[in-house]
Amino acid sequence: MKLKQLEGLLGDLEQFSNPKVELEQYPTGPHIASRMLFTAENSYGDITDKVVADFGCGCGTLSVAAALLDAASVIGFDIDPQSLETATLNAEELEVEIDFVQCDITKLELKGQIVDTVVMNPPFGTRKKGADMEFLSAAMKVASQAVYSLHKTSTREHIKRAALRDFNAKSAQVL
Amino acid sequence: MRLITHNMLSCNIKGVTNGFPLRIEAGNVIKKEVDFNPDFIRHMFAKLEWKALVEGARSMGYAELPEDSPDAAVLESDESFLKKLHHALLELHLEEGALVCPETGRKFPVNKGIPNMLLHEDEV
Repeated sequence: MKLKQLEGLLGDLEQFSNPKVELEQYPTGPHIASRMLFTAENSYGDITDKVVADFGCGCGTLSVAAALLDAASVIGFDIDPQSLETATLNAEELEVEIDFVQCDITKLELKGQIVDTVVMNPPFGTRKKGADMEFLSAAMKVASQAVYSLHKTSTREHIKRAALRDFNAKSAQVL
Repeated sequence: MRLITHNMLSCNIKGVTNGFPLRIEAGNVIKKEVDFNPDFIRHMFAKLEWKALVEGARSMGYAELPEDSPDAAVLESDESFLKKLHHALLELHLEEGALVCPETGRKFPVNKGIPNMLLHEDEV
């Protein structure tokens, strides 16, 4: 699939009708979502035929992108039932299979090494301090190969340091 | 929810040490075919909790998987085994039902294919 095609499909997805500010809900734009997943696959081979988890999936933009890039299996996790309903509709609309789980990802321990890649656009921690690091910590425990995550530019060095020092990352890069 | 997802879910209620695997109470199960990718299935085999998968599949009405995890040699020699594993992992969907904690009996409901793993305040 070409990047432009992926971006176009993601642009048609339903988004939050009543975003909940306390959960920092906002859509992941098709421009960044398509480029993020395209890079993850084309430069690193982390999406196609892999098991991909989307933490804080919201309306499912990153999950759908992973499925469109032929991930072998995609699982989206979110705390909010309305978002998960929208995400389900989005997956049906684009005829992709995605499993969704409703949970608090910071309190969920996933067993085993099944997940290869975690993709996410986590809360930045503007409402609940430290939320971004909690999501990152959870993702690092689950992903056996790679984590792709969006964060505030101002936190770049902090995140890199934490990933390498505290979360057992072998490497950390800004892409 | 498919069995590939069930294979990683456990009960995270505070104090529970034996929360895996979650027992499946199947209300409504549907089957949806997806493309068979033998390399992916081979790759997954070593990463699966076999007993959890077999029991989960049985609860969803599919009893074709062997009770004991077979020798890895079967991955090369037996395509019908790979197809059964593919079917169990990726083609069975639990739409309505519950996931039950083996230690506490707490039920996590599954509605429209989505398990609700949110804990109550006193369980955290």
